[in-house]
Amino acid sequence: MSTTVTATSEAPVFYEVDEHPHPEGHSTALGFWIYLMSDCLIFAILFATFGVLGGNYAAGPGPRDLFDLNLVALNTTMLLLSSITYGFAMLAMDKERVKATQVWLVITALFGLAFLSIELYEFHHMIAEGAGPQRSAFLSAFFTLVGTHGLHVTFGIIWLVTLLVQVQKRGLVTANKRRLMCLSMFWHFLDVVWIGVFTFVYLLGMLR
Amino acid sequence: MTESPIVVPNFFFGRFNLEAIPYHEPILVMTFIGVAIGGAAVLGALTYFRLWGYLWREWFTSVDHKKIGIMYMVLGLIMFLRGFADAIMMRLQQALAFGGSEGYLPAHHYDQVFSAHGVIMIFFAAMPFVTGLMNYVVPLQIGARDVSFPFLNNFSFWMTVSGAALVMTSLFVGEFAQTGWLAYPPLSGIAYSPYVGVDYYIWALQIAGVGTTLSGINLICTIVKMRAPGMDMMKMPIFTWTSLCTNVLIVASFPILTATLALLTADRYIGTNFFTNDLGGNPMMYVNLIWIWGHPEVYILILPAFGIFSEVTSTFSGKKLFGYTSMVYATVVITILSYLVWLHHFFTMGSGASVNSFFGITTMIISIPTGAKMFNWLFTMYRGRIRFELPMMYTVAFMLIFVIGGMTGVMLAVPPADFVLHNSLFLIAHFHNVIIGGVVFGVFAGIAFWWPKAFGFKLDPFWGKMSFWFWVVGFFFAFMPLYVLGLMGVTRRLRVFDDPSLHIWFIIAAFGAVLIACGIGSFIIQIGVSILRRDKLRDTTGDPWNARTLEWATSSPPPDYNFAFTPVVHDSDAWWDMKQRGYVRPLSGFKPIHMPKNSGTGPILAGISFVLGFALIWYIWWLAAVSFVALLAVAIHHTFNYNRDFDIPAEDVVRTEEERTRLLAAQVNA
Repeated sequence: MSTTVTATSEAPVFYEVDEHPHPEGHSTALGFWIYLMSDCLIFAILFATFGVLGGNYAAGPGPRDLFDLNLVALNTTMLLLSSITYGFAMLAMDKERVKATQVWLVITALFGLAFLSIELYEFHHMIAEGAGPQRSAFLSAFFTLVGTHGLHVTFGIIWLVTLLVQVQKRGLVTANKRRLMCLSMFWHFLDVVWIGVFTFVYLLGMLR
Repeated sequence: MTESPIVVPNFFFGRFNLEAIPYHEPILVMTFIGVAIGGAAVLGALTYFRLWGYLWREWFTSVDHKKIGIMYMVLGLIMFLRGFADAIMMRLQQALAFGGSEGYLPAHHYDQVFSAHGVIMIFFAAMPFVTGLMNYVVPLQIGARDVSFPFLNNFSFWMTVSGAALVMTSLFVGEFAQTGWLAYPPLSGIAYSPYVGVDYYIWALQIAGVGTTLSGINLICTIVKMRAPGMDMMKMPIFTWTSLCTNVLIVASFPILTATLALLTADRYIGTNFFTNDLGGNPMMYVNLIWIWGHPEVYILILPAFGIFSEVTSTFSGKKLFGYTSMVYATVVITILSYLVWLHHFFTMGSGASVNSFFGITTMIISIPTGAKMFNWLFTMYRGRIRFELPMMYTVAFMLIFVIGGMTGVMLAVPPADFVLHNSLFLIAHFHNVIIGGVVFGVFAGIAFWWPKAFGFKLDPFWGKMSFWFWVVGFFFAFMPLYVLGLMGVTRRLRVFDDPSLHIWFIIAAFGAVLIACGIGSFIIQIGVSILRRDKLRDTTGDPWNARTLEWATSSPPPDYNFAFTPVVHDSDAWWDMKQRGYVRPLSGFKPIHMPKNSGTGPILAGISFVLGFALIWYIWWLAAVSFVALLAVAIHHTFNYNRDFDIPAEDVVRTEEERTRLLAAQVNA
């Protein structure tokens, strides 16, 4: 407020004579956080639904019959590694290294694709065994929760590819850095959600 | 159609065929002819006067929060008329269907009418009204030039339009849901609602819900990040406070609706078993989830109305709002408590005495902060210099009517009483009592209050008062009989009646609906008359009510940039403070102003979403796939545009401000 002056000499200051700067994207981080929290609520509902309906096997197969923890462990590793590599991409971005940022992003996308492929293999395997989402409320809740997470990863990869192109075209300009930061939050958020899925659906499911 | 046809989908048209057009329903055919003639007249006029280009450039693609706010109000008004047409059809049916008469609406049609009435009034009338007012007023009240994300604002609006358009389409293509406004399963499941009605419901709400959620995020960021210097949280105008709480509620509740409807969609489209009767499904899960969204939703509607009444009361009493701090805390407490009461909508589920007691008590606790607000308004009026202009009249009527509705609400919050009153007309009377007395009167007060700000002239007082009295008297005639009927045990959504002793109450209620129709008619006449007499009603000061908050500091209508210089705030009634302490309007030193550019991407994305929704409703899978890919492509393409701002040159600012100087001088000389 040092840039303001009084309208008359003794009256208090009622307006700014100079524009105070509103840097482009000044609200984006906050807005994106709020969006993530709203998305988190969607997952919260899916978790709650799984919590209520997850024991309703309808005389069909349960977690012990279906889950292969080794496969899930491998899958979890893929996603966790992708988060680490995204972190490396951000570190490279901070050092303004365009090439390194792109390379780490590509590696992240590959880990993401590996995760999705393993998930699809798991889904395919279960459906082929007659344990599709229609079989019981437990399986409906399972496929919807895990599938919604997978759908988010899919959109994350589409977004990542878009940003790769934009970084290629314009380099690490402020707008692109902001976008990479948003995708970073999104990617780590999906990681956190997956920790919940891994714990509550797979690990606790095996203990049921 | 008399029965929902079961159609084997074909590749090109999915479930759609000519049977989907209800040409053998005289009521719908006549409505369609009316809509077609009216629509053709409007489109013809727009073409004849060459207004399409103007509308597209200046309105549809505009990212100006003021124009978007006005467009929300127009959408709300159109849908309000549609929703009211449904209401009067129901009142007529229930007044006729006695003594062996079946009335004039067949069951499948009547069921669509009451479902559409609820959905339209809540999602496509009340929500756009409330969002429109917040959109228009909040940035002005906090001294900002626009919202945080102007393009997103435009996109949100058009998504709401897209959802509304889907609901309207269901009138003439296929059918609407016959399930009531919340579409409880198993009735809304594929087994009992196999045709397109529930799918229209789902996709209309999902598409509009995207807009609502994004608009909520946008307004939270705007209020948190863009307040004028000096306006700390406890100096925010109370309407901004209630808007903040409302948008927090939107962001924290609409995702729940999205997820819940997605689960219902999965049940209907994929054959999952979330809410089915067999294979482990649990319909009550849906009822819980939908009300975890649904109860906050009613506070989303009423909190902004509370804000409007607060601004109106203090302006027209010529006093600072009594108990500003307690008003803020009451609003925040209501925001939090609104998440802890959802089960009171279904005490009869049978969750047991402990659970019901918990939710009964939390519900009753909400009446404490609400009561505190009521006293704040009364004490603001106490020893004030009250001017009974139209907004103030609506406020006083609100205080009377809302207290009645609040008390019947507390009655319903007592679980044993609720077992008797659940789903009865007593409940219908209760929520219309609070929604009409609270939300509708709040919106009308807001329209009368801020109309001069938006258009530069006041609304005609005579027709406004006509509308007011028709509404108030009509409300009592229309809904007091429903309390009586509810206490006698009449349940909601009935189409025909056996007991002739009930007849008189339904006739009185229908008479009330006619009075309300006169109220709506007067309101529309009021707008027409005011536009015709706008020169007489003109306000050149920008502050016709001698009001208190920042939106009145600028001209009416405000320039694109709202404020030539960013205001500096010292008091919660910033403009009043400026007037009291000798604010002098700056006449020189104008600088270029940085503003966002218009964008056509919003309406285009919403248009594609409409096609996507339509394709999914009718199982036209190829079209759904094409439009989904198009949606992604357009959205991604939009992100390749990095050039989204421009500067309003200083000369333009000077010209606009000199015009205002001239008007203000003419005012002083006159």
